Amino acid sequence: MSTSPSGPEYDAWKEAYDATKKRDVPFETMSGVPVDAVYGDAPYPGQYPFTRGVHASMYRSRLWTMRMFAGFGTAEDTNARFKELLRSGSTGLSTAFDMPTLMGRDSSSPWALGEVGRAGVAVDTLADMEDLFADINLGDVSTSMTINGPAATVLAMYVAVAEKTGVEVNQLRGTIQNDILKEYQAQKEYIYPPRPSMRIVTDMVKYTTAKMPMFNPVSISGYHIREAGSTAAQELAFTLANGFAYVEAALAEGQDVNEFGKRLSFFFNSHSDFFEEIGKFRAARRIWARWMKERYGATDERAMLCRFHTQTAGVSLTAQQPEINIARVAIQALAGALGGTQSLHTDSYDEALALPTEKAARIALRTQQIVAHETGVTHVADPLGGSPYVEWMTDEMERQAEEIFAHLDDLGNGSILEGCYVGIENGYFVGEIADSAYRFEREVNAGRRIVVGVNDFTEGDEGEGELLRIDAAVEDYQLKRLESIKQERDSDAVAASLTQLTADAADPTINLMPAILEATKAYATLEEIAAAMEKEFGTYVEKAIV
Amino acid sequence: MSESRIRVVLAKLGLDGHDRGIKVVARILRDAGMEVIYLGLRQTTDSIIAAAEQEDADAIGLSMHNAGHLTLAPSMLHALKDAEMDVPLVIGGIIPTQDVDELLSAGVSGVIGPGASAEEVVDIVRTAVAAVARSSESGPEAG
Amino acid sequence: MSLRKLSVEQLLERASTGHRGALGRLLTLAENSATSEAVTEATFGLSKAAHIVGITGSPGAGKSTMVGQLVAHLTKDSQTPPAVLAIDPSSPLSGGAILGDRVRMMDVDDVAFIRSVATRGHAGGLAMSVPGCVRVFDAMAYDPVIIETVGVGQVEVDITAAADTTVVVVSPGMGDAVQANKAGLLEVADIFVVNKADRPGASDTRRDLDLMLDLSHMTGQEDTEYRPPIIMCNSLVGDTVGEIADAIDTHKQYLQSSGKGVERRAGRARFEVANRLRQQFEANLEGVLDSDTRVLTQAAAGQISPLAAANALAEQVLRF
Ligand SMILES: Nc1nc2c(ncn2[C@@H]2O[C@H](COP(=O)(O)OP(=O)(O)OP(=O)(O)O)[C@@H](O)[C@H]2O)c(=O)[nH]1
Ligand SMILES: [Mg+2]
Repeated sequence: MSTSPSGPEYDAWKEAYDATKKRDVPFETMSGVPVDAVYGDAPYPGQYPFTRGVHASMYRSRLWTMRMFAGFGTAEDTNARFKELLRSGSTGLSTAFDMPTLMGRDSSSPWALGEVGRAGVAVDTLADMEDLFADINLGDVSTSMTINGPAATVLAMYVAVAEKTGVEVNQLRGTIQNDILKEYQAQKEYIYPPRPSMRIVTDMVKYTTAKMPMFNPVSISGYHIREAGSTAAQELAFTLANGFAYVEAALAEGQDVNEFGKRLSFFFNSHSDFFEEIGKFRAARRIWARWMKERYGATDERAMLCRFHTQTAGVSLTAQQPEINIARVAIQALAGALGGTQSLHTDSYDEALALPTEKAARIALRTQQIVAHETGVTHVADPLGGSPYVEWMTDEMERQAEEIFAHLDDLGNGSILEGCYVGIENGYFVGEIADSAYRFEREVNAGRRIVVGVNDFTEGDEGEGELLRIDAAVEDYQLKRLESIKQERDSDAVAASLTQLTADAADPTINLMPAILEATKAYATLEEIAAAMEKEFGTYVEKAIV
Repeated sequence: MSESRIRVVLAKLGLDGHDRGIKVVARILRDAGMEVIYLGLRQTTDSIIAAAEQEDADAIGLSMHNAGHLTLAPSMLHALKDAEMDVPLVIGGIIPTQDVDELLSAGVSGVIGPGASAEEVVDIVRTAVAAVARSSESGPEAG
Repeated sequence: MSLRKLSVEQLLERASTGHRGALGRLLTLAENSATSEAVTEATFGLSKAAHIVGITGSPGAGKSTMVGQLVAHLTKDSQTPPAVLAIDPSSPLSGGAILGDRVRMMDVDDVAFIRSVATRGHAGGLAMSVPGCVRVFDAMAYDPVIIETVGVGQVEVDITAAADTTVVVVSPGMGDAVQANKAGLLEVADIFVVNKADRPGASDTRRDLDLMLDLSHMTGQEDTEYRPPIIMCNSLVGDTVGEIADAIDTHKQYLQSSGKGVERRAGRARFEVANRLRQQFEANLEGVLDSDTRVLTQAAAGQISPLAAANALAEQVLRF
């Protein structure tokens, strides 16, 4: 080792590092050379502005969480999968919902035809949620739920299951995505217009702060923005801007930034341009910490941390020569690890065409296990820190993001929240994303950008192998289940609870969570609850910006 | 007045919200001189039929990313038949090659698969429009 | 059987029995130069004197959203179905277009008839084919016929030539735009709608407009019998579309009682006839200059003056 680091910052880092437990593995190269936990200059990992990582010891203490989605067919099917995962030592459950559920529609809706239970589990009423978590002690697990438009109802159902099974609500742990702003910008799974939707998010933040202190009420997601075609810098900027918007909304409600700040987390995409991605992750931590401290007045460092989940880029997967996607995913996963992610989902090579087969999903998991256990990148925190190129890229990402923040601040007359509303309304976000997507497409088309197997090196495509197809039996089952619940429930209680919900929706000073909770307990359906609020809030149609 | 132009109704049928592809296709068709009536997300067969009638569309393009093409495309074809409309239907999106023949033999006029180039997109639409125009002109009642 | 094979008369016959595809096809024929004259000839005598309403205003002011709500209201209320011509710009490079107004009117397209039109190179916020398309709707007993202009940032004066009643949609935060366009706004507006009334600043915008109207009254620029009303509206819910519909009706009655309606229609006829003459004249002119090169050669050689050359050809141009 050349010059060994020193100084007060190093000492502080060392103290923090020493205070944490380490994994029981040799921190040395494959050839047996011991390596330090960090190299380079201050500020060190775990130190403001956290460019180099959110923890002093990073992966030496804990590897990233290897999160793989579960959710298919009926609630009972998924429940069986959950139990299997728990038996094999997992403590985190990750739930994917089917498209009708994500849109607040019941399985019986004409819109649901052919979609029930296909890309995730179908939840119509509390009964489905009870099935989903049957014989699982909600006090012992951490549950991540990927849902946005009807997030409040699904959270209420989760709470109701806990109450019914005698688990204290304040013991519930997990994360609900609930990032409604990016729905208008990219993923498009919205129900109401932006402002009333934001009210629901804020109500949930308040509710969880008061009653579920270990539950993360929003996971601010750039993943879908990138998938929709944005650049890396746009993904970074739009995501963090949405984060600022949630912070401003919560502050306006008198919430404590040090309190809810700790419970915000992020979700980014990891694409194929290796150094750009790493620069993006590092810049995200730095920007978030700075803004939380300087603009929003956070004083608790834990409320300044940009902790994030990463998923490899679904859009980068090609239908041509699908096996080569394994290589793409490996590179993207490595970027996530070098960027300091807290958890990682690796895509399956066959996902360009259909839901992953079991074999493909296993290979995806193995890919990140290789990164974690064979490459040695986990021994050193922020191993690329100090590289002139990586530092420049980090600065460049930050610079581009700050330009976008300035534009939004301007649009909103000094409020990022208002800027986000205006940008949604006037089509700024979708327009920018569509421009970037089109530019990329044109470049591929013109051959200026090579996509292996698509516009070059195309020989050797054997076409797609076996594709997973979901059978229609799930839909039948779910429809019968819903019908029988509707027969059994007390319809007067349902009607009364829905009337109350509509009334509460009309008064912005009332928190919507209690009324939603009442309605779910009466076994009102997801769609009935959505409709009760829609009466007051209306629906949203996006501007035709292409 | 002006030269006649190919008019295409573009839409997403059902709940699927992936609109990156359809937006790129909309621009490609515009840049090829076509008039695109962009309906965007969450359309039904009824709303697409109404639009295609009122806009006198030369073609309908539907984008699908949720593996629903084998049910959604036939239901659109049915709706067109019920409405007695001879507007060609082009499907784009994530369509596995193994499904293309089935779609074509069901009556879909063209399939824009993943990775299609701009020229291919334009060509598929032009060919679909020309085929219907030809068959309607060479019919017995022509004149 | 394919609609493409039907003649204009056959299409008219079908359309008049409610066949919407036939009406759609007729509009296409009205748009394309090869067929537009035939459609005009077949429809001009069938007019039911539909009321023509123009909707203009800057981009994103909420014109389409407002029209969607207004049409929803009208379909409940009136005996005749409304029709909409929604105009968006063509790309100057490719001539193609993306027409996106319809998206905001999808709830009403079962009763109302909505047609998207590209400008196809015509400036001024309308397309050349607008009068022809309006005439088709009128012939098929659609009333009112609503025209949404492009919304290019400045006021589109063309719309006043095409419409009986012009509604100008403004939204808050456009105070400066209102100021900058004072004269233009006053010239075209029969009704003002301050849209996005749910947003801050809406009442300021209203006040600005009010002041502007006061001023123009004092200076006598404006008609003293009719003052354009200002209506606040949240088009996301359409709270005041009833008022907007009433204001349109009031203006329609005013046009009738004051004789201004006849004036406007006369003006429109003059505009259209003049346009056609101009086009015809242009074509003749080019034709004569191309075919009779003798006079031009003399003029070029300086044997006769340009005036004498023009006089020598004038007769031919008119007769060509
Ligand atoms: N808050 C609010 N938003 C509105 C209102 N009316 C329209 N909008 C929003 O404003 C945006 C533009 O609306 P459009 O109806 O497309 O506006 P337009 O004037 O037709 O736009 P162009 O045709 O592109 O010139 C959309 O996001 C609408 O949802 C309103 O009354 N209140
Ligand atoms: Mg519009």
